[in-house]
Amino acid sequence: MAFIDYYKILGIDKNASDKDIKAAYRKMARKYHPDLNPNDTEANKKFQQINEANEVLSDADKRKKYDKYGENWQHGEEHEKYAQQQRAQGGNAYSGFGGGKSQGFEDYGDFGGGGDFSDFFNSMFGGGGRSSGKQAKYRGQDFNAELQLSLRDILASQKQTLTVNGKNIRLTIPAGVENGQTIKIKGHGGPGANGGPAGDLFIKFNIPPDPDFKRDGANLYQNVQLDLYTAVLGGEVTIDTLNGKVKIKVAPGTQNGTIVKLKGKGLPVYKQEGQQGDLLVTYQVKVPTNLSEKQKELFTELSKLN
Amino acid sequence: MTVTGLIGALEFCTYHGVEYTFIHSLHDAGLIETRIIKSELYIPESELQKLEKMVRLHQELEINLAGIESIFHLLTRIEDLQDEARKLRNRVNRFEAD
Repeated sequence: MAFIDYYKILGIDKNASDKDIKAAYRKMARKYHPDLNPNDTEANKKFQQINEANEVLSDADKRKKYDKYGENWQHGEEHEKYAQQQRAQGGNAYSGFGGGKSQGFEDYGDFGGGGDFSDFFNSMFGGGGRSSGKQAKYRGQDFNAELQLSLRDILASQKQTLTVNGKNIRLTIPAGVENGQTIKIKGHGGPGANGGPAGDLFIKFNIPPDPDFKRDGANLYQNVQLDLYTAVLGGEVTIDTLNGKVKIKVAPGTQNGTIVKLKGKGLPVYKQEGQQGDLLVTYQVKVPTNLSEKQKELFTELSKLN
Repeated sequence: MTVTGLIGALEFCTYHGVEYTFIHSLHDAGLIETRIIKSELYIPESELQKLEKMVRLHQELEINLAGIESIFHLLTRIEDLQDEARKLRNRVNRFEAD
């Protein structure tokens, strides 16, 4: 647990007046307030640091104690006892006591919600936070979670139970959800402080690229290899779609790169029930290699006919 | 009076410690929807989250109505742009080599 320089957090010097502290707090709170920085955990963390700094520096008693012990806070109680003894003997235990020098915030973390304080704060002032003045309500921290899905998982809306921070949360994954899309589950974030509302839970859907299909919204794109003879003479091919195998007719004289649209064989359109995207199949005509002598002969004969 | 899906404005103001006129001002600025039933002002539940955010900005950061209006306008724009960026990123994926 490291010393935390509250003055540095608020960007003020040790002689700052109450007015300066309030102004600095307002300025920084406006920059890092969670409502102005949705989904930004860094801003959230910073906001909590600012709150903690303000909690200490805007309270005369806490500020006095903080200034007195400074970075020697760990030995504050011992020094207090020693000082009493010295005072009784007419000495001064506090000569040379500095304070305020920052040692960084390496151990600052582990905030649970908007009103939680660092171990440093709890160690110096005890748990519980605000002891005087206005009981400000703080909204709880937003939580972020990620859910990995495949294209097959989003063919229909499905209910799932997730465990986030030890709590089971039931949610419906909407059909056709896009990669990177985030849904908010209200009130399932960190608890608020002093009656403030709980934060929200943001779930981001990760849908990694599929080896067989490319996606653009609700439309899917698939490359299908077509042998030369079927491309020239026409015929049928069976392809694997997300909904199963589909047989499609190939017109005679099909060119390489021809795109065939299979209506309604794409993904469901997000939040538009009953609407489906299309599957666009691109034919890649495969030219035969390693021809036998007989095949070469026949191709030559064929070429002479043109 | 309790109306399903609606919260009494007076009840909301008491709970959050805001002026009744604040709700009116937000409504007049077109920032929230309200309903009047038998001369009483109600807030639809669907507006609650947005309204609570506005109250927090007002109380915690001392932001006035014009500021709240600007913030909400910009937050909506940011959200739209982030959404557009995500959609474009997904579209670009289609053209990336396997």
